[in-house]
Amino acid sequence: MSIWISENAKVLVQGITGNQGTFHATKMVEYGTDIVGGVTPLKGGQIVDLGSVQVPVWDTMVEAIESTDADASVIYVPPRFAGAAIIEAADAFSQVRGNGIIVCITEGIPTLDMVKAVDHVHNTDGVRLIGPNCPGIITPGDTGGSKIGIMPGHIHAKGRIGIVSKSGTLTYEAVAQTMSIDEGQSTCIGIGGDPVNGTGFIDCLSAFENDEQTEAVVMIGEIGGTAEEEAAAWVSENMSKPVVGFVAGMTAPPGKRMGHAGAIISGGKGTASEKVAAMEAAGIRCANDPSEIGAVLLESLKAAGLR
Amino acid sequence: MNIHEYQGKQLFRDAGLAVQDGVHCTSVEQALAAYDALGGNVVAVKSQIHAGGRGKGSLHNPLSGDMVMQGGVKIAFNREEVETYAQNILGNILVTKQTGADGKRVNNLYIEDGCKIAHEYYLAILIDREEKMPLIMASCEGGMDIEEVAEKTPEAIFKVHVDPSEGLLPEQAEGLADSLGLSGVAIDSFVENISGLFDLFVSKDCSMIEINPMVRTEDDRIVLLDAKVGFDDNALFRHPDIIELRDLSEEEPTEVRAKAAGLSYVKLDGDIGCLVNGAGLAMATMDVIKLYGGEPANFLDVGGGANEEQVTTAFGIIMEDPNVKGILVNIFGGIMRCDIIARGVIAATQALALDDPLVVRLVGTNFEEGRRILAESGLNIHTAETLAEGAQMIVELVGGES
Repeated sequence: MSIWISENAKVLVQGITGNQGTFHATKMVEYGTDIVGGVTPLKGGQIVDLGSVQVPVWDTMVEAIESTDADASVIYVPPRFAGAAIIEAADAFSQVRGNGIIVCITEGIPTLDMVKAVDHVHNTDGVRLIGPNCPGIITPGDTGGSKIGIMPGHIHAKGRIGIVSKSGTLTYEAVAQTMSIDEGQSTCIGIGGDPVNGTGFIDCLSAFENDEQTEAVVMIGEIGGTAEEEAAAWVSENMSKPVVGFVAGMTAPPGKRMGHAGAIISGGKGTASEKVAAMEAAGIRCANDPSEIGAVLLESLKAAGLR
Repeated sequence: MNIHEYQGKQLFRDAGLAVQDGVHCTSVEQALAAYDALGGNVVAVKSQIHAGGRGKGSLHNPLSGDMVMQGGVKIAFNREEVETYAQNILGNILVTKQTGADGKRVNNLYIEDGCKIAHEYYLAILIDREEKMPLIMASCEGGMDIEEVAEKTPEAIFKVHVDPSEGLLPEQAEGLADSLGLSGVAIDSFVENISGLFDLFVSKDCSMIEINPMVRTEDDRIVLLDAKVGFDDNALFRHPDIIELRDLSEEEPTEVRAKAAGLSYVKLDGDIGCLVNGAGLAMATMDVIKLYGGEPANFLDVGGGANEEQVTTAFGIIMEDPNVKGILVNIFGGIMRCDIIARGVIAATQALALDDPLVVRLVGTNFEEGRRILAESGLNIHTAETLAEGAQMIVELVGGES
């Protein structure tokens, strides 16, 4: 198994007719993702060419899910419409099939739109939101797999390491690090760098703990908020599988936003050293340098008798 | 985006909230005219910069660095004092706990009618990222450094989370008034102001409203004596009126230009420039440079889909910093191919006649091709396989030159 997304998941693309939507849908198909169609309001009835497949477009998520029984959707719509797209997807998945995974890639969504969207998703049974402002989620398969997002598919391989991260390219570093010690991944999730997001570290860690395929987890944090500290406390109480980590932003000055809307040390809170201290105290071995994640993971696997 | 206190006060005034009369000035003459217009009563003379701690800050001569006056917010009891304070403030550098040692030049002044204060409170509205909803924080310890209060006596800060689908409920506002120990007409005055502030927070997509202090006057009115208002950059597209309030002189010019080019740049104090794709990886790159004994000159994220033009702009911005003695490029090519990035790096180094050491670490899609292009370019470009190797290399190269 894997978490949330099986390697055969059927996926819809919201915003499929836009540049980003078509481009990434094509890349997903190349990887092996089963893209079953897309949604763009007022463009229902069109067919979009994704290279090896041509898929239909619907006006609404309800029609699209009724027609395809999709398991998940991925959102590439512009920031000002993304909050509404999340809410539409949540309602549609809940009404039509009672569950669904929504992955929002869009960067730059107004925070208050996300407050409303996340509140709506939490009050809608059976749906989960990953993101926004994230690379997405990928479950590598024996051949192909399911890539829902913008990550480079070819760097992954099926395996037993779960990866969860706030950052995009740093997630890819973590993947490359697992590969450097001949380990593949069960599922990799980018939870995104915004202050308000759908799925957090603890949701992912808990799912990895319950997943048979996952035997160890790499957790990548960054400055801002206290999500890493809370995750560390959760790990020390609940997690039996080894977890290793890295936190970006040791050298970040307070009060300066480091690219991600959420990556800011404010009121003296959210520093990398506090996070690393909390993680180490919870038994999460942390690398000082992303190039050492592989070595730290290898040590943890050996200590747990997994290598 | 942040605005000045005088602009925040105008937003409050427009929303019908309780603020004192006040006038925005940019010269001593205007300050004196403002004093007269306000009726010749006691006034506050307030430095306007985008940083807190003004009251406890100090003003310095921009040329000599000599201290001119202690305190960036002064109470003036007569016309002469207004003149002295305005002279000491305008054009000088205000250094506060939040500005850093370099301080900020004060170009704007706010002359505000004084009021008889019975008690000072602290009030703030922000987004609580863990609870994923707006949070109102209030305390009886107004005027103080709130971070100190939070650390030493966290129980003195009252918190109310507001459900986004319900808005601020009257009983929540009344509960907060009760926690602050208000009574009589002060309760109604507080409820009216906090409700109005919360509506403003939502309708204008604020990232933060902080009032320190909010005061109760001797005649039991609540007055918002301060206004620190920040807005969510992502929501500015729907607030053209707020964009108008932007004061670019308060922002680092290169950071503004980088943003316009779709880059995220933050200037730091070191000598090794960094060019990275992705915010997390950019921070990690800075960290690793430091780990190997170097000092990063900047944070720079070219984003996930940077093109050749953006890479050139990014190099240009890094090179403008006179402290930069070498550059580390760290790109994990995902969707973007490394051969394209390599060509961008070569074009940029040639266009800018870069002669500082340059280390490029390329990994991901088509990295072999990218490294080959760099190697065959004949330029003085070093390539590295891992971030650690790249960082060690640039630290060594920069160290060797100084």
